[in-house]
Amino acid sequence: MSAIQPPAEIVWWKQPLDKVEGTWITIALVWSLFMFFMMPFWHVYGKQNLSSEAYKTTPQAYLAKTQAMVDEYTVRTETNLNLPVVRPPPGSDVYLAGRLWQWYPLLELEKGQTYRLHISSLDWQHGFSLQPVNINTQILPGYEMVMTITPDTFGEQTIICNEFCGIGHHTMVGKIYVTEGGQ
Amino acid sequence: MSKELFRTCPESGLQFHKSAEILMKAHAVIAVVILLIGGIAALLVTLTRWPAIHLLPADRFYQLLTTHGVNMLIFWMISFEIAILYFCSSTLLKCRLATPKIAWFGFLLMLAGIIVNNAAVASGTASVMMTSYVPMPANPNFYLGLILFAVGALIGCFVFLGTLVIAKDEKTYEGSIPLVTFGALTACIIAVFTIASGAIVLIPTWLWSLGYINHIDAAMYRIVWWALGHSSQQINVAAHVAVWYAIAAIVFGARPLSEKVSRGAFFLYIAFLQLASAHHLLVDPGLSAEWKIFNTSYAMYLAVLASMVHGLTVPGSIEVAQRAKGFTNGLFEWLRKAPWGNPIFSGMFISLIGFGFIGGISGVVMGTEQINIIIHNTIYVPGHFHATVVVGSTLAFMSLTYFLIPTLFRKQIAFAGLAKWQPYLFGIGMSVFTLAMMGAGTLGVERRHWDMAFTNSALGFDYPASAYTLMGIVGISGVAAIVGGAIYILVTVGSVFFGKPVESESSFGVATSRLMRAEPIVVPEGGHEAAGKWGFAAPGTFLLALFFLMTFVLYYAVNWKYLASVWPMS
Repeated sequence: MSAIQPPAEIVWWKQPLDKVEGTWITIALVWSLFMFFMMPFWHVYGKQNLSSEAYKTTPQAYLAKTQAMVDEYTVRTETNLNLPVVRPPPGSDVYLAGRLWQWYPLLELEKGQTYRLHISSLDWQHGFSLQPVNINTQILPGYEMVMTITPDTFGEQTIICNEFCGIGHHTMVGKIYVTEGGQ
Repeated sequence: MSKELFRTCPESGLQFHKSAEILMKAHAVIAVVILLIGGIAALLVTLTRWPAIHLLPADRFYQLLTTHGVNMLIFWMISFEIAILYFCSSTLLKCRLATPKIAWFGFLLMLAGIIVNNAAVASGTASVMMTSYVPMPANPNFYLGLILFAVGALIGCFVFLGTLVIAKDEKTYEGSIPLVTFGALTACIIAVFTIASGAIVLIPTWLWSLGYINHIDAAMYRIVWWALGHSSQQINVAAHVAVWYAIAAIVFGARPLSEKVSRGAFFLYIAFLQLASAHHLLVDPGLSAEWKIFNTSYAMYLAVLASMVHGLTVPGSIEVAQRAKGFTNGLFEWLRKAPWGNPIFSGMFISLIGFGFIGGISGVVMGTEQINIIIHNTIYVPGHFHATVVVGSTLAFMSLTYFLIPTLFRKQIAFAGLAKWQPYLFGIGMSVFTLAMMGAGTLGVERRHWDMAFTNSALGFDYPASAYTLMGIVGISGVAAIVGGAIYILVTVGSVFFGKPVESESSFGVATSRLMRAEPIVVPEGGHEAAGKWGFAAPGTFLLALFFLMTFVLYYAVNWKYLASVWPMS
């Protein structure tokens, strides 16, 4: 019963290792280091890295920027709520706001073009979950996150809220439509 | 200290201090009561996420999910762990418990905290999930309950540390503290860090909810809160690894392959495990990639290395003990001939395998900075932590309970036939549950979400049929595991309150015996390797470890491949 008793040897730290332990520690350490260096490697050679670009903001200031984009680039409205669908020019700054319980506005982007997508919350914490492509980030009030994205699949992507935000959480759904260029 | 009363358990030879014994019983009983509350909530939550049933309305669902999370992840775990701390100090060191009256004060604070917090959630004004992310407001008593509980638990930690000091001072043992006590000390150190972080974040949040502070920054809250939220689960890891070593010693008389390696691995936990709050912040705005990479990998995966070491040395020590008893045929006779009908062993071994293969691998994969983009806040995340906290910690604690019922409570196990099957039903049910959740999460199904069909939403979304199938499997296997949990509660309550006493006598007296060091190792002829193969003392375990590594590497590679299919982003 020695694991629940004091070690037999007073100087237990001089006991030699068994070969099985030494071998396994070596293998496990190599694997640990490999996994560690995989992350910086992907920053250099991988294409999916979340930018750390972010700014402090306020809900009022962020909504004003979003509204300016909506006013300029709305192409149509959808549903009986008349949600604006915004088609900003390729390469531009695109603003998306999460609020109880809506993603504002809906977006229409061109395939293969690159956009600077800004996201912030106007009230509580929200989660940006783009499905089915499956991109997930955390959205905080007071912080404006900027990521550079290049949609490379056609069709409709749905933005689901994946941070619990109260009773209407499951109704907080938005859209990003990815279309051919020049439409 | 002649008035201190002790008794020796005739079966196990353990010596219980009277004050410590009553405290351990009190903490264990409260823990099981909380497990019952959390378990009822678990059933209702599971039946709601099972799409074919979808039992509760949204408000009840979020309320019960909050009840389930806080009670299971905080109250059940830490209450049981305080009992383990007292066991690993007072009982294993044959020492009187430090300041029993203060320990009772801590117990009462914890109990008060549990009641205050649960009352706040039950009132319907604190359905904010365990994380209570600001600025979503909760009833102030939600935070107050957690603060009271944390202060009580902190007192328990210091009673444990005080007992270690007394044991050393009164020379109740010679040499170093046992490995299992060292593991408990690791858990205690992590607990102190955890509780301090909890105080730093929850006290201002409580004042904010009362209106004395007007703003809590959401990003700051998340960083500090996760030093509570994630580190509290690292207490569980350290505690359940200590329990694995204890059960290997109790059931097999196993000794660590080497003290140096096992203690070194615990030391890596102390040094690095708490960095893991970064796991929750990998897709948060504003944190640099360097910060994320360093913290999410526990420096350079040094805590993962530690867990991989424990994952080898615990079964390895069992293998060596079994080979010494003559189970030397082939690579796995030692494992085949293990006492699979003894729930103390079977629970511990399922806990070890489930924690490593499911919880461990998924945790490292989703904690990889970039891979987290395809996993954050999907139901993959609760899939992962049910494998660590439920299959890992909870099942290990259940196994230990089957040992404590006769030794600590002096009762025979009631419904022994059911108890024999309980670890299998609970462990395998929960393992299927976690795997199905991870599958659904990979398809983008969200966690903490009432309705995957998005009823009443202006714009809908249809998950693929396979996601619904997987959530159905989550429902079925979840109910199976809950039945396993109910059997555990039936057995413990039936034994402790209505069971027959054990036949042997064990009465309190003033005489105590000094704790002896372990017997010196009797090396068999030709060394331990002679009983093993290839010069390895534990070749079967080594092969299992290589199989684990292969699974790990493959799953890691598959997830990078999946990530590479996502839209380019930078």
